[in-house]
Amino acid sequence: MSGAGDPALGHRLGRRWGERVIAGVLFLCGLVSILTTVGIVVVLVTESAAFFRRIPIGEFLTGTRWTPLFAEQHFGILPLLNGTLLIAVGAMVIALPVGLTSAIYLSEYASPRVRKVVKPLLEILAGIPTVVYGYFALTFVTPLLRAVFPGTGIFNAASGAIVVGIMIVPMVASLSEDALNAVPQSLREAAYGLGGTKFEVSTRVVVPAALSGIVASFILAISRAIGETMAVTLAAGATPRMTLNFLESIQTMTAYIVQISLGETPHGTLEYQTIFAVGLVLFVLTLGMNILSQRITRRFREAYE
Amino acid sequence: MNDERFAPAQARRRRAGAAFRVACLVSVGFSIVVLAVLLVDIALDGVKWLSLDFLTRYPSRIPARAGIRSAILGSLWMMGLTAAASFPVGVGAAIYLEEYAPRNWLTRILQTNIANLAGVPSIVYGILGLTIFVRFLALGRSVLAGALTLALLILPVIIISAQEAIRAVPPSLREASYGVGATKWQTIRHHVLPVALPGILTGTILSLSRAIGETAPLIMIGALTFIAFPPTSPMDPFTVLPIQIFNWTAKPQADFHDLAAAAILVLLVVLLTMNAAAIFLRNRYQKRI
Repeated sequence: MSGAGDPALGHRLGRRWGERVIAGVLFLCGLVSILTTVGIVVVLVTESAAFFRRIPIGEFLTGTRWTPLFAEQHFGILPLLNGTLLIAVGAMVIALPVGLTSAIYLSEYASPRVRKVVKPLLEILAGIPTVVYGYFALTFVTPLLRAVFPGTGIFNAASGAIVVGIMIVPMVASLSEDALNAVPQSLREAAYGLGGTKFEVSTRVVVPAALSGIVASFILAISRAIGETMAVTLAAGATPRMTLNFLESIQTMTAYIVQISLGETPHGTLEYQTIFAVGLVLFVLTLGMNILSQRITRRFREAYE
Repeated sequence: MNDERFAPAQARRRRAGAAFRVACLVSVGFSIVVLAVLLVDIALDGVKWLSLDFLTRYPSRIPARAGIRSAILGSLWMMGLTAAASFPVGVGAAIYLEEYAPRNWLTRILQTNIANLAGVPSIVYGILGLTIFVRFLALGRSVLAGALTLALLILPVIIISAQEAIRAVPPSLREASYGVGATKWQTIRHHVLPVALPGILTGTILSLSRAIGETAPLIMIGALTFIAFPPTSPMDPFTVLPIQIFNWTAKPQADFHDLAAAAILVLLVVLLTMNAAAIFLRNRYQKRI
């Protein structure tokens, strides 16, 4: 296009270099997220490896006593898993039915005007910080439970599970609603054409068609309940134990990690290394569920049109 | 159609439908009632402690003299530094993924990885921040270490929302720009980003409002709970509103619980303001396209 010595050529070459530098910098920005993952894995695995050199991994995974801060130390994670499971199960008992029926209501029944009011309210519920839910659990839910069930401890699994359940309702509702909205209108019309009532069309045609998305939202919600920290730290207690009693004080994995980091445990000790081993279990569990949820959405999606 | 043999079944089906409708309404109502109860409960507990003095005094062991000045200033520092660290990197990553990234395995890994990071529990980011920023980079238990930790925490959300905003820019804009001889970066800088900016800002404000309410990762990196002075540099120790709330809630005395409620009211006002700003931006943006 232009001969040698054209001043515009040098300008254009400069531009081309600038373009490459910019592309490189933007790529580095993208790389930060990979580095974060690598950082998390390296930190958790190396520090846990130091822990597992002193405590056999079999004992850690199958032991039923967790007493790292006592004179007689036991490092069995099952009580913490037990506590986490109680919270997750209790939370899902609330979040699944409430979240799913809310989603069906918003997608199948509600008028646009109602939806315009309800959805922002659910967003507000989802945006409230977890420490606020912790306060609510401790000062409102727990006294209520103690009034109904006199034997309830000041710290108990039920209170934590209830607020965690409330906390994840908006997530189940919004993700399930997206799945229900994605079901093509023609399916509904065909079902109505066969004489189905709104209830039958919603629950026997639309919900089954959106099932993969709904199940994916459930799994994400369980993962969120497992990783939830502040509400259970404040409300559920610091007593790791093997129990199925929701009215007793328990301890979750997350609450244990907070307990250690609040305390005076010196860096590098065995007690300190426990948070990495527990953190690793927490990370693997939640990551596994997130991946499972993505797989389900992708693999079992009913393809329409 | 109106065959009598079907009448009982039809009545039953209608009743089931009506019952289900009520159940759905009760469900939606449950969430709204809980939200109302939560807000009213906190307002009733906290409002009597709210005063100008409460906002401007430092924490104290005596409830009547306690305030949240250091927590408010700490939260402001935290928000500023977190935004400064996460906004450029997040938007840069989003531009790369939407405009530059080739369709290959590396891009797929990047995208999957971002989705997975968004689901990692916040306390795990706390463990990462404690090991990398506080110890390895020797930043100590400083505002900067906390802000970098929170920046990593909200980065996936910023990237995903910025990507959506960039994707919504019509391709015709880019083609017109290329048509008059602009380079790729000139096109992005002068045509794509200005149009996507309101969407990007909405996502960023919403993620920052998540960061401002985070407690667990900051407890992990060792934010002190009794701080009687505001940070004056990024390397200073700090406290933030959620940690002050946690600290007061964990105390057994009822007076401290009410202080926590008052601090929650302040935090919720900040969050609502940020959300309102985000919704305002979103509405203006939707009108323009």
